[in-house]
Order: sequence, then structure tokens, then C-alpha cells
Amino acid sequence: MPLYLNDDQAMLQDSASEFMKNEAPVSHLREFRDMNCKDGFGHALWKQFAEMGFTGILVSEEDGGLGLGNVEAGIVLEEIGRNLTPSPFLTTSVAGVEGLNAAGKDMRDRWLPGILSGDTVLGLAIDESTKHRPENIAMKAERSGNGFRLNGKKQFVIQGGSADMMIVAARTGGTAGETDGLTVFAVEKDAAGLSAESARLVDSAMAAHVEFDNVEVTADAVIGEVDQGWDVLTRMLRAGRVGSAAETVGVGAGAMDMTIDYLKQRKQFDKVIGSFQALQHRTAHLYSEMEVARSAVIKAQQLLDEGNDGAELMVSVAKAKAGRATNLAVREGVQMHGGIGMTDEYDIGLYMKRDRALAEFMGDANYHANRVAEMNGY
Amino acid sequence: MSDLETFRAETRDWLETNCPAEMCEPVRDDDDVFWGGRNATFKNEAQKAWFEACVAKGYTVPEWPEAYGGAGLSPVEGKVLKQEMARIKARPPLSSFGIWMLGPALLQFGNEEQKVHYLNQIARGEIRWCQGYSEPGSGSDLVSLQTFGEDKGDHWIVNGQKIWTSYADKADWIFCLVRTDKSDKYRGISFLLFDMESEGVSTKPILLISGNSPFCETFFDNVKVPKHQIVGELNRGWDVAKYLLGHEREMISNMGGGDGSGSLGKAMKPSLGTDAMGRLDEPILRAQLAELDVDALAFKAMAERFMDELKTKKNHPATPNMMKYVGTELNKRRHELVMSAGGSEALEWESEASGGGAKSRDWLRTKANSIEGGTSEVMLNVISKRILELPDG
Repeated sequence: MPLYLNDDQAMLQDSASEFMKNEAPVSHLREFRDMNCKDGFGHALWKQFAEMGFTGILVSEEDGGLGLGNVEAGIVLEEIGRNLTPSPFLTTSVAGVEGLNAAGKDMRDRWLPGILSGDTVLGLAIDESTKHRPENIAMKAERSGNGFRLNGKKQFVIQGGSADMMIVAARTGGTAGETDGLTVFAVEKDAAGLSAESARLVDSAMAAHVEFDNVEVTADAVIGEVDQGWDVLTRMLRAGRVGSAAETVGVGAGAMDMTIDYLKQRKQFDKVIGSFQALQHRTAHLYSEMEVARSAVIKAQQLLDEGNDGAELMVSVAKAKAGRATNLAVREGVQMHGGIGMTDEYDIGLYMKRDRALAEFMGDANYHANRVAEMNGY
Repeated sequence: MSDLETFRAETRDWLETNCPAEMCEPVRDDDDVFWGGRNATFKNEAQKAWFEACVAKGYTVPEWPEAYGGAGLSPVEGKVLKQEMARIKARPPLSSFGIWMLGPALLQFGNEEQKVHYLNQIARGEIRWCQGYSEPGSGSDLVSLQTFGEDKGDHWIVNGQKIWTSYADKADWIFCLVRTDKSDKYRGISFLLFDMESEGVSTKPILLISGNSPFCETFFDNVKVPKHQIVGELNRGWDVAKYLLGHEREMISNMGGGDGSGSLGKAMKPSLGTDAMGRLDEPILRAQLAELDVDALAFKAMAERFMDELKTKKNHPATPNMMKYVGTELNKRRHELVMSAGGSEALEWESEASGGGAKSRDWLRTKANSIEGGTSEVMLNVISKRILELPDG
């Protein structure tokens, strides 16, 4: 498969680009931030995502979706990144749906229709410490009658306070550090003993600290097999990581384009500052890094869609590289904007904030560089 | 089976029959690479057999038309052949500036007679070419070059000096930028081909920091060049040169892991210590190697994307400059880490164990990557002006 978008994908890119630009540009994020929205995103927009068909990209045709892949999901995510659009797309329609795709038919029928119609929001309850360490999950799920009793705490559950259901990874066996013994559960928002405390993040998104205090679930709540949840989790993480890499590239591209435009307008010493070689070289370097990152992301998406064994490695490469390149884009962006880059009025600072939050989601560049070393055997 | 799958199966069979096992070993010495030319000698029978099989099949230049010595493969077939050769780690049957640089320029700018004559010679490895571009006073500002060809009716008389001519002392012919009009800087240069055995041509190898001499100074003292040996139009050689530089940059950018050199961290593990978890026990070096792996694998994806886009002309014409910049900087970083990971053993310059100082000499050689074929700084200028369209100062 050639490493560029085919005609159908290019059409999707055009419509996603138009949609985000018109319906959810950066001003939309500002609006929700300034009204101190408790969800951190707009439900009306989420319905529009559904009308556009975006919410069904990774849902199989059998389940009423489009049956497309990570390349297509990434196209939408890149435009989300470019416009800083707040939405549950990455958590619900990408990582969440990939989790549900591993579930039985009853579970899929229970949750996928609501996602397809833009009514349902999912929360991903994975992280237990301040850094992403899924292999160290310790939260307990003990057998209780016909089902399980969940006890423990999760954090950095994006939109957890607004979620209709949480996908929760907990330990039914083994000890922290082992991949065996994990089980993934679907826990409904009104389950007794479940509490979520939301906090606004630097990028205006809402994330919850979630507590499970003797939360009882039935055996039907298990996604995949008991003790074999690592497989489900891996599937979710791959889609979520490569998806967040695509969104990150969008953030970086948006910040870079805005900065280049500024370099072409701003005058000092009677000259457009973009004519200064000190800035040209840094900008050209940034552009190169972004192109490398973009290539890594589409390669990872294609490998994942092909079911290639090399996908896991490339997903981590993509997440790490997109993180490094976009971080450079937002830092150079603020610096090259000078004083106004520090003002809330200008958008460049919002890109810097989003980059920071996205980097942390499902493992930052350090985490993934370390994984690359591990997968390469050193 | 689709046509392409059939082609892949046939290619596998053909390689199985024609590529000797010795030709799938890694390149260790200079003479493991076959450059062709009038004075070429084969290192062994396997090298000869592999080369001759490829010439007969058109596989020294698989995507060139059959009339010019190629196999006329489509771009996708060419990619399949490349993948299948990479799978068995087959060495290139012939390495040549004729294939990488002059050939593409001739295909684009040569007349039919020149194509038939020179391209077939290149495909059969009969003539070894060198490139006469840089001059002592014209490095990054190449277009200021002064080597002059005086019009003498049916020929030019060329006088001047070139520098950094790769393997000029081993080459049979040169493709050379010569000023044919002193009044116009850009439109006063012609692209000439001539025999290095012509009277008045002399070369002098330059000893580099690596201790090797892959480059020469080349002198022209009243060298007679017939008029039919011009490629493209008179005084429009800069167009040919720019096109060809694109190919050179593409070639140089293929270093740096774009060629699939694999994980350096993995390769260095046996010679470095590991901790109880099996991790390299020098954590900061390990982190640097991990970052290199990330960048090298990402760059490999970009090289693949670049080639795919090139075939459909989707990419910006200045993209090779970006590839060159990123690839060469990455390769320099890789070799810095080869030295760090190699420790004191990598410092050995002449011992047998070190392969005659291979690591340290290769490390020093890579410092030229971001200078030759356009410096990194020139690449950044081109990216900012042509791709990003930032204004001139």
C-alpha cells in the first residue's frame, strides 16, 4: 500500500477539514472554556460528528458502522488536532470502540448504537498513577457471586464525569507488572459505589479521578475473557495511541502553519521577520520534523489496519515522534510569536496546552521511546 | 494471483537461481562493492556471476526502458524487486554514479542517440563516471563556478579546476558543469560529458580526516570536448544540474537508516553490559539509542512515503532537500552513537580487530554527509524559500 491517502481517504480529509473549520474551530474551544462547561465538550457537536458518520469509522458494517480503519480515524483526528476541537472522539469512537470490538455481540449491541448516534460517551479508566503505566495496573476485581466486585482508584479519565459507561482495566489475578490476570469491564455510570471527581486540565478538557468502592458488576460486564484483558487493553491502546499521534500531528501542523503565517506578516527592523535566516532555519527544521512525524503516523496506521506484526513497534515510534515534533512546533510557535504568543487572546498558547495534555495521554514520548528500546531487545 | 503477485513469485525464483549466497553477505571491504568501468576487476566468481545475470536481465537498472539496458519495470514492480532483494539482503550488482545521477539526467534531458549510447554503457557497467561540480571558490554558491569552455566551432576548449570529485582517479568519464557564457550567471553554464583520458585532464586525491581519499582535485588544461557531448541546451546546464542534484540528495538521504540499517541499540547490546532486566546498563546511552531508533524508523517511513509520492509526482519538487537534510543529520548522529557505544575499541585506527579502524573512519566520513551535495544550511534555505515560501532577506 503506498504511503499516502487514496482517493476515498482524500475525500474524507476534505470533508473532515471543512467540518472542523466551520463547526468547531478554535473559537468553539474558547466558547466552551469560557462558559466553564462541566463536560469540556459540546453534546450538539457530538451529534454532528455522528451525522457526518465519524463516530462509526471503526465500527464494523455488521454493527452498523463504516468498517474503516485507523487511517480514516486518523484523518478526522488530525483535523480535530488542527482546530483544537473538543470532543469525545478519541476516547469513545477510537480507543473505546476498539475495546468494544473485542466484546461479545450483546455488549456491542448495548453500547455501539449510542456511540453511532452521538449520544453515548465512554470513559477509559486505565491509569492509576500520574504517569501512564498500564502494565502496572493493580486495581482489584474480586469474584463475587456470579460477577465481580471492583475496588480501587483510576485517574486521568478524560471526560470521565460525562461518561455513560467506563471501560475499566482491573486485576482478577496475578500481580502488578504481569500481563496475565487483567480483565476489562464495562461499568455503567450509575453503578453503586462509583464516584468521579472531575478537574479541568490545562487544555480545558475535563478529566476525572474515579473511585470504585465495592462496585458490583455481573459476569456480562466483562469485555473479552477473564484474566485475558491484556489483549483487549492492547487493542484499545494501539488504536488510542496511534490516534492520539495523529491528533498530535494535527496540533503541530496547526501551530506551525499559524507561526509561518505570522512570520510572513510581522515586521521588525523594517523587514518581515520571516526573511531572517535565524528564523528560517529553525522553521525549516521544524517543517522537516513534522513531515517525519506525519510519515511515521501513517505508516503505523497502515500496519495496524493490515494486522501487521510490526504495528506495535511503529505505533510507539509514531507516538514518540509525533510528541517530539509537535512539542517543538508549539515551543517554537510561542517563541516566534514573541510577546503576543504569551497572551490568552492569541491561539498559539492553546496549541501549546493541547500538546501537553495529548502527550500525556496513553504514554508520552519518553514512555514510547523506552518501549521501542524494549521491543528492539535492549 | 494478481499480476503483481505473479511478478513477485517469479522474482523470488529468479533471485533464488541467480543470486549467489556470497552476494547476500554484508559488505565488509571496499572491493565487495562492484563499480564497473574500463579497469574493473571482480573480487570473485560470485560477484561476476551476480553482475552478469543482472546485466542480462536488465536488473542493474530495473526501471529503465529495455532499449537503454533496463528491464522496463513499472514503479510498483521496481518496488517489489527492491523488497525481494532486501529480503534476502542481496547486494546491489553494480554501484555507479552513472545509475544514480547521470542516468536520470540523461533520461530527462538527453537526446535519443545519447540515451542509447550512454545509458546502455551505464547499465552494462562499462564506463565509470564521476561528477565535476564543486570548485575551490564555488562550494555552496555552486553557480559561481569558473571552469570555462571556449567555443572553437565544433568543440570547446575547457580550462579550470574541480574539487571534491568523487573517485575521479578511478573514473573513466566525467559529467561536468562548465561555464560557456560569462555574462549570465545561471544561464551561462553547460552540462558536458568527456573522457577522463582526454589530453589535459589530471587528478590529485585529497587525504581526508578519515585517512581515506575518496575525493580528488581535478584539473583541466586545454581539454578538447566535441560539441555533441553536451546534455540539454547550450547554457542551460544549470537546469540539468539542479535536476541531478535532486537525485544526489535522494541518494545521500538514503543513508541514515532510511536504508534499513536496523536498530543500533540492538546491534551494540552484545558488546555493552546489561542489567538484570536485560537493559543496557548505561541508561543515558540507552535513552539516546532509543531516540535514535525512533527517529530512524520514522525516517524510514518518510523515505518510503517519499518514494511512493515521487512515483505519482505528489510531492513538492524541493522535497529531496528535506530528505537530504534529515537523512544526513540522522546518519551523523548514528555514527556519534556508534563511537559512544563502541568505547575505546572504536578508537582503534589500524588494528585487524577493528577492520582497519572501520568505526572511527566511518564516523569521520559521515561528517561530510551534511556538506557534500549541498550543506544542511543550504538545504534549510531551500526548504524555507521554496516549500515554506518565506521571503528573501
